[in-house]
Amino acid sequence: MTKSLTPAPDAASDRTPQRYEGRAKVTGEAHYPSDVRLPRTAHAYLHVSRIGRGTIRSFDLAQARAVPGVIDILTHETLGEDIRQTPAMYQGGYISDSVRPLGSAEVAYWGQPLAMVVAETFEAAREASNRINVTYHPHPAPSADMGSEGAVTQALEPMNLAVGNFEVAYAAAPVRIDADYSTPTQHQNPIELFATQCVWEGDRLTVHEPSQYVNNVKFGLAEQLGIEPERIRVVSPYVGGAFGSKGFLTQRTALVAIAAKRLGRPVKLVATREQGFTVSGYRAETRHRVQLAATRDGRLVALRQEGWELTSRADSVAMGAASMTARLYACPNVSVRVNTVSADRSTPGFMRGPGEVPYGFALETALDELATALDMDPIELRRINDTRTEPIGGLPYTSRSLMRCFDEAAARFRWGERTKPPGSMREGDWRIGWGCATAFYPAYAGNASARVRLSADGRVHVSSAGHELGQGMYTMMAQVAAEQLGVPFEQVTVSLGDSDLPPAVVAGGSSSTASVAPAIMAACDAIRRRLGIEGASPSEIMPAMKASGRGVVEELAEVRAHGVDSIAGLYRGKAVPSGGVHLPDRVQFALGAQLVEVRVHARTHEIRVPRAVGAFAAGRIINPRTAHGQLVGGMIWGISSALHEHTEIDPRNGSYINANLADYLLPVNADIVDVEALMVEEEDPLVNRAGVKGVGEIGVVGVAAAISNAVFHATGQRLRDLPIRLEHLM
Amino acid sequence: MRPFHYSRPPSMVEAVVEMRDVLAADPHASATFLAGGTTVLDLMKLEVMQPSRVIDLTALRQEFGYIRRDGASFQLGAFASMAEVAAHPDIIAHVPVIAQSLSLAASAQLRNMASLGGNVLQRTRCAYFRDPSWGACNKRVPGSGCAALEGANRAHAVLGTSAHCIATYPGDFAQALLALDATIVVVGPRGSRTLPFAALHRLPGTTPHLETHLHPGEIIAEFIVPAAPWARRSLYLKIRDRQSYEFAVASVAVALDIDGGTVREARIALGGVASVPWRAGEAEAALQGLPLSDESARTAAAAAFADATPHAHNAFKVALGQSTLVRALLQVASMEPAP
Repeated sequence: MTKSLTPAPDAASDRTPQRYEGRAKVTGEAHYPSDVRLPRTAHAYLHVSRIGRGTIRSFDLAQARAVPGVIDILTHETLGEDIRQTPAMYQGGYISDSVRPLGSAEVAYWGQPLAMVVAETFEAAREASNRINVTYHPHPAPSADMGSEGAVTQALEPMNLAVGNFEVAYAAAPVRIDADYSTPTQHQNPIELFATQCVWEGDRLTVHEPSQYVNNVKFGLAEQLGIEPERIRVVSPYVGGAFGSKGFLTQRTALVAIAAKRLGRPVKLVATREQGFTVSGYRAETRHRVQLAATRDGRLVALRQEGWELTSRADSVAMGAASMTARLYACPNVSVRVNTVSADRSTPGFMRGPGEVPYGFALETALDELATALDMDPIELRRINDTRTEPIGGLPYTSRSLMRCFDEAAARFRWGERTKPPGSMREGDWRIGWGCATAFYPAYAGNASARVRLSADGRVHVSSAGHELGQGMYTMMAQVAAEQLGVPFEQVTVSLGDSDLPPAVVAGGSSSTASVAPAIMAACDAIRRRLGIEGASPSEIMPAMKASGRGVVEELAEVRAHGVDSIAGLYRGKAVPSGGVHLPDRVQFALGAQLVEVRVHARTHEIRVPRAVGAFAAGRIINPRTAHGQLVGGMIWGISSALHEHTEIDPRNGSYINANLADYLLPVNADIVDVEALMVEEEDPLVNRAGVKGVGEIGVVGVAAAISNAVFHATGQRLRDLPIRLEHLM
Repeated sequence: MRPFHYSRPPSMVEAVVEMRDVLAADPHASATFLAGGTTVLDLMKLEVMQPSRVIDLTALRQEFGYIRRDGASFQLGAFASMAEVAAHPDIIAHVPVIAQSLSLAASAQLRNMASLGGNVLQRTRCAYFRDPSWGACNKRVPGSGCAALEGANRAHAVLGTSAHCIATYPGDFAQALLALDATIVVVGPRGSRTLPFAALHRLPGTTPHLETHLHPGEIIAEFIVPAAPWARRSLYLKIRDRQSYEFAVASVAVALDIDGGTVREARIALGGVASVPWRAGEAEAALQGLPLSDESARTAAAAAFADATPHAHNAFKVALGQSTLVRALLQVASMEPAP
């Protein structure tokens, strides 16, 4: 059965719970971290570098200090050793990069914080920041992008994977594809800026900061400041969009904490939109070479993908999703490799579908090229190479419904009406193209704990330090508790986003529901045990509660995820998801089909996307309403990733020249016409107790390839570099 | 942003007198008028503009917010909002190119705030102009150079540029005014004067920091837009990287006086490709007396871009500008104007 996720016209009769925090958000009652008003707050403003590499000779702070209202200016000269050098998360630490904040006179990238002004008002702090004069020692131009001479390529050999003999099979095959692809730098640009408020009460610090992982911030900050983690509380009840950018502690938080300590009053920092481009990680630019070989009837016999990902000098970061593209299709001879290219840039990080989007773009475009070479329908090519086991280790997929997704999507799209030759579909001056691609995202879960309290009057409170990013975490938590305990959804209240609550996994890797739902279920099990009705159905719980005479039953439970060795990381801010291709016994993926129509104007070459249909199989969907938002939002972002988003770099100083929302293009409503997400029913009892694979990221994966493939179908021009713009079609 | 002195005079006379007095006291005073604020406030926050004195003209909406028709022309008060003019039924029917150029610009929120006068004076989106940390910008700091020449110049101009500046004029409405031979009324310390809209903007040449021929202290009070019967056959075509809320990569304002398939007179202005609102006189001349066909449109388009000077990343604008013009000409020729 397929369930359309476009909002049902009879929503009033739909029994899917409405968004738990919806009313609070639309009425302004939801207080995001920067909305919290603390008495006597001082305001901070970052002063960031305007060179791409070099060394500070001196600061002239006289004019800045003279601005009325300025209280303090932190620089590497005034800060001292208050903030410790700590390992980045890629080295097993907490923080998103290893450049110590205001740690030295060295400038590693454009946009690096060099000073922080604290003043009575935001305006005074900003003005003073603009009056800081920094002189630098003479410096050469940075090597700021992949192509620059001084960028250093390094092979990440542990990420290499191979099976069979690619070279031999490729050389012998009758049909071959060999092409290069690239994807650009992109930034998450959540609407909510990177804000931090710190307030000390004695030796206890409270941090108000939008976060995808409050315990990562807590433990990482404790390490940086050299204090016990128990003295820090991180509060983040609502996050105004994150998409990976708020996943891990950034350099700014310690600066604000130190400033608040020095001043003995709360300090608030809201980094500007432009500063947001270097305050946190981003999607690095990538290059790929893909080689495919097949028999004339379309069976893959050789697959090779090599990726190059930009990283900073300080940190070697690679998303390395060749480990996934190597395993998507049946193919006896596979070889994949991953390289980093270190340049004078800030450290990249996670952005929705971090590896899946670029690696998927390359592979899925190459498959379309192969289908063209075979004169085969591209969906049929994927059907011929569908598999139940991955080719590298021969491990089984826990469940795999890829071709059902293609079939459902194709029926809805009326794919059968497509005529094969490029340029064969046209309406007036508009050339029409239909393209498709596979969407994939690993099913992850991490350790999590939850506390559930049941009262005799039937009210329930559920709490866990998960995170509400807009994806529907409150709603999911309330819904699972209500289902488990047999009470109405409206009787459940939820606490989350606070490091004082029972800890949970990072809200990343589409793993929140898959991790926290089983913890809530386990806490409800414990309530049953406490009431002496282990294994009882939900409807038996309230009667047992009444019979027990208890006023309240409260239970805490923790759940260790499959593939995670120990529960310990949960209590140290290191609960990261496992699953996907990282398990010894199986692979776990959510899969989907992306079908799009593009129209390209025959004279002026604008590219429009009037129609997109995605069908996704992701195990159990707890709330179709919020899942709909995730999937459609993801697909829209996919359109954006193909046609709009591109952080542009001036190589002369490594600057981002479009670091604002006017020039960094995102689609507007006029660009998005008919986007439909279908959900293909899938049961997967293996992935986790909730049967959930997660839908946070899969919606975006594959869309760029589907669009590139559709553009080829419309025009006969094969475009392998994103974003696709009208000048590429002239 | 830097501290500044702010005032909001209640009338045109008082606004002009106030600026006159400021300039009399110090001819080099960094004083600016403020209308809708969509350019000036933006540039003040970036510290591209650091005025010590801001004279807010929003009170002039009372006096100069009108949309009137007088015989064969429209008089548009310079403080009418873009949104009001774009939605006016007479403007839509009689001079569609005006309505379209306004409604295809910016976002609904900006169109509600921005005034017509401020719109034609909006400043370039060149990233090197908008970021003062770039030392080289002749428009911002005369004589400092031009970082865009060797920089990211995909969005930059191919017509009307100089070795000193290749910034693009970003607006849309101006092209419509130019194509229709509009005039403007300006009020200043020496009284009011009328000048052709075509005489407002100034090519960058060696002085890209001087963008208009307005005298110090002058305020645009009114636009006079001729509305001949053939002006109903007019349109604005805007090609851009997304479908709304984005500046033109190439745009065309065109009005066609056509008689039985033969062009009596074509009026063409180009946007997104030039340093100032750009009247394509050569293209107009190339069409005169000819039937409008794909071939004649292509010939005209080639003439319009004969003198184009592309840079590293914007060479495509020469071809795109031509195909945009061809598309606009064929589209306007096939229009069935409102009676």
